[in-house]
This record gives sequence, structure tokens and C-alpha cells, in this order.
Amino acid sequence: MAAGAVPVLETRGLTIRFGGHAAVDDVSCAFHRGSLTAIVGPNGAGKTTYFNLVSGQLRPTAGRVLLDGEDVTALGPALRARRGMGRAFQLTNLFPNLSVRENVRLAVQARAGGGADILSRWDSRRAWIATADRILEEVALAPVAGSPAATLPHGDQRKLEVAVMMALEPHVFMFDEPTAGMSAEEVPVVLDLIRRLKASGDKTILLVEHKMDVVRSLADRIVVLHQGRLVADGPPAEVIASPVVQEAYLGVPVGAT
Amino acid sequence: MSLLSGDLPRSRILSLLLLAVLVGLAFAPFLFGGAQPINTAAKVCVFILLVASYDLLIGYSGIVSFAHTMFFGIGGYGVGLALYYGTATWPVALGGLAAALVTGVLLAFAIGLFSLRVRALFYAMITLAVASAFAVLASQLSAFTGGEDGRSFRVPDALRPGTKFLDAPLFGVDVNGRLLAYYIVFLTVLALFLLLLRIVNSPFGRVLQAIRENEFRAEALGYRVVRYRVAANCIAAALAVVAGGLNALWLRYTGPDTTLSFTIMMDILLMVVIGGMGTLYGSVLGATLFVVAQNYLQKLMGSAAQALEATPLLARLVDPDRWLLWLGVLFVLSVYFFPTGIVGRLRSGRQAR
Repeated sequence: MAAGAVPVLETRGLTIRFGGHAAVDDVSCAFHRGSLTAIVGPNGAGKTTYFNLVSGQLRPTAGRVLLDGEDVTALGPALRARRGMGRAFQLTNLFPNLSVRENVRLAVQARAGGGADILSRWDSRRAWIATADRILEEVALAPVAGSPAATLPHGDQRKLEVAVMMALEPHVFMFDEPTAGMSAEEVPVVLDLIRRLKASGDKTILLVEHKMDVVRSLADRIVVLHQGRLVADGPPAEVIASPVVQEAYLGVPVGAT
Repeated sequence: MSLLSGDLPRSRILSLLLLAVLVGLAFAPFLFGGAQPINTAAKVCVFILLVASYDLLIGYSGIVSFAHTMFFGIGGYGVGLALYYGTATWPVALGGLAAALVTGVLLAFAIGLFSLRVRALFYAMITLAVASAFAVLASQLSAFTGGEDGRSFRVPDALRPGTKFLDAPLFGVDVNGRLLAYYIVFLTVLALFLLLLRIVNSPFGRVLQAIRENEFRAEALGYRVVRYRVAANCIAAALAVVAGGLNALWLRYTGPDTTLSFTIMMDILLMVVIGGMGTLYGSVLGATLFVVAQNYLQKLMGSAAQALEATPLLARLVDPDRWLLWLGVLFVLSVYFFPTGIVGRLRSGRQAR
């Protein structure tokens, strides 16, 4: 990563208030190409709200979001997605009555900009279906490709959520607790996938995660949010050892030891 | 099955029913003699198009609109008033239809753009308000539209009953302008129905279904939901305009009761629900069943009342004057027993096996 390079993603003074409460309070942070940043913090720290501000589901009260150096604060989620921002949601967010394959195929189609095609048959675009099947293969969902998404067990729905994001071929990946609620056998599938993305070197990955072992093994940087504020930012070992994190994350008051 | 866009009926009984309707409508003038059956068949055709286009909104896009009759009316008045004020020629009729199409699509675009951003309930309210305003306007501008009486007009020569294309009747049917008019209605509806089937099975149509399923997710994938909704709104409006134009050409009359009345809006809703929302084929069955029941239930009850003359109470119960009551009972029962419509019921029956 060249020093001084334009960050792929940056937030400047990002703030959102619900009533008088600042759920995200003046968060400035930059994310560079090839990095994997874990965002940690206790429940209610504003991690998911921060994601919602970055990917456009929420509009900030103040501050800006920059994608590839351009201000995207005014753009909605659809336009940010088209510019390469991918998001796997914390609460599974699929098309419940459509098949698993169709969930992914719709993402492939979105990526190809094919939604305006009104006169050809959807299944005449074999390449889109093939791409969807290939991605389902990667997350080990190929056997259930024909089932409606709602009939999948929770862990599989989380994997589908990730598959949908992969299908969008973004260059910014935002994982919101991707392994939450997964069984022990399923977790490695998703972690391997994230590891492979990281290994490709040109992706920018943001990861909200509670499991510290996962964070330690994957992240090359940790950002800590606490009560909406950014309280620590640095390499994993350093951040985890810092007193402010001990307090915010583990509930040990500073100076108690 | 490229013509059917690969979207097959997926149930043997459903295929047979659809085939029966298709054959019945295709040969209606030859199968059933007299004026009433052919009028009923033409009305079935018009309503299949009207209900199918409404299904694109409510069934495929999850948009609840009460303005569909307004577009139906715009088509009716466009063709009707053009022929009433102009000469009874094809260019005038088609010009009227074109003007109606432009008006209808622009109006659908405007309503959609300004109000499809808001919640579904508000959108339904807005369409209700606009449609009511339009209906009032049509009856108040009586010097122009003929008010409550509507306008009767002359149709192009080729469509008049007096125009004979063959000297001798074909299979006992006069090959005249009415026959041509019927087949224009039938073939236009058939072509546009197949077009609709293609639209809902296109990449675009798939996005509409995705939006109906989960709007938030569709937006996150990069689909701009409002644009898709507005486009669906415009397509549905355009098809309703054509249905209105065909209806006017067939009836040689246009007026509020045949196009704009809220009763028709309720009929459309019933047809789409009875047939099965989000299936398109449901609109074929819903419209056929409903229109046929509307036209023949009274007759059927008349003969039933005659047969039951001896049993006083029963005879009174099936008195032809009570046909509306029985129509209501039929619909309550059908909605109760087939909550997913006839098509939904037939398809799920197949899956269960």
C-alpha cells in the first residue's frame, strides 16, 4: 500500500443522532486497499449503525462518506452498491420465497446491469445462472440451490447472505457478524472465504465481529467503537492490550487493576 | 415454449382450463350463436387484458392501485371521443388510442414518480383520490364527454354489422364487421397477454418480484426500486388504456359506467384475487369466471326457479332478482376456500402430490 494513497473508503466526522442520542458520534476513519479491518465494540456501540451509514441505508446527521475519493454521502444504497460497495447484513436479509439460486442470480444480474432488459427471457442469460451456481458451489450451498431461501437453516441463510454479496463483485466488502449463529462446522467455510478475499490483495474488507479469536486471526487492524465514538484504532495486539479496550470491551474500568 | 416465455401453467387441470378458455374465446362466434354470448366473449377478452395488467402491479410488483379503471377510461374516452368528434376512420381511431396512450403513460409516470416513494397505503390512497377526481371530471365536462350518458359513436366501416366480407355465411355465421371487430379484440388481447407473460419472465420482471419480496434487499443489490415501480406502473397503465380502447370499439359507446366506475375497480380486484395473484394465468380464469357468472347467473337462476316452482321457499331463494346475492356468496366462498386463488390452489395441489 503506497503511503498517501487515496483511501478506498473514508468517513469524516460521521455522526447520526436519533433524538438527542448520538448513535454514531464523529467517527473519522480511512480504509485502504488490501486491508482487513475489524470493527469491535460492546452491544449498542454503533457498529451496525456505522455500517448503515457507510452503505447508505441511513443518512448521517453530519459528516461525509467517501468512496474511492468521491463524496457519496448523498447517494442511496443502490448507487453505492453499483460503485462497488458490498454488504452482508447482520440480520439475514434475503428474498424469502425465491430460490437460493435466484437470490444469487439477481445479484449477478444487478452486477451486470441487466435489470432493464424487459423483452428477453430471464433464463436465456445462461452466463448469469452459471455464475450464480459457481458462487453457490464456493459456499457449499449448491445442493440446496433450488429451495426457497426461507426454508434454509439459519447457518445456510448466513452463507447465502455472503454468497449474494460475492455475486455483486464489490471491491469493498462489509461483513456484519458473518458467523453469528453458525454451527462450528460452518464457521470455517465463511472464514476461509474471507481469508481468500483478503489474499487477493485488492479488496477492502470491513468486519464487525464479536469473536476475538476470529478477529485476531483475520484482521490486520482493529477499530473500537464505544458509545458511538471511535476509542481505539491500531494493530490487533496493541489495541486488544490497550486499557481503553479493556474497559470498553471487557468492562474492566480503567485503573481498576 | 418460447411463446409462453417458459412460464408454463404447471398443473394439468390448469392447462386444460386455460386451453378451454382459449379455444372457447377463439371460436366463440362459431360455437355460440346470438348476440349475448359474443358480447360476453368480447368482455371476457377485454377484462383478461385489464386484469392481467393489474396483476403486474398488485401481484408482481406489490403495488396497490385504485386508479386502474382511470387508465381503462382514458383508453375508452380516447378512442370514443376521437371517433365521436372525428370521422369514423381508422386513422382517427388509432390517433385517439395514441393520444390516450400518451396521456395514460404520462399520468402513470407522474403519479408513480411523486407517490411511489411513500408507503404502500399512501400510494393506494393517492390513486383513489386521483381516480375519483378523474371520474368526476369526466361526468362534469358533459359538453365534451357526454357526462353520465357517455357518447355513442360510429366505428370505421370495416367494423360495422352491415359490412359483409363474404356473401354466404361461414359455418352459419355472417362474416361481417362485428366478426372482424371481435377478432381484433381477441387477437390484440392474446398478443398483449403473451407480451405480459414475457415481461414478468424477463430480467426486469424478476426484479419486480424481488422488490415485492424484499424492497430493502433489492435496493442494496443496486436496483433502484422507485424506477422499477414507476416503469411497472407505466406498462400496466398502457395496457389498461389499450383494453379501454378495445372495449369502446366493441361497444361503440363510451361512458363512465362502462369504464370509470368504482364498481369496475372492485370487479378487477375480485377477478385478480379469485384467479390468483402473481400468476397472470389467474387473471384469465378470474376474468372468465366472473364475467360469465355476471352474465349468465341470472339466466341460470331463472331456470332453476322455474324448476323449483313447486317448493315455494327454494323457488323464492333462487329468484333471478337475487342473482347479485348469490354472486356475492360465490365469491366469499371462493376466497375462503382458495385464499391463493384458483391458480394458486391448482399449483399447490400438484406440489403436494
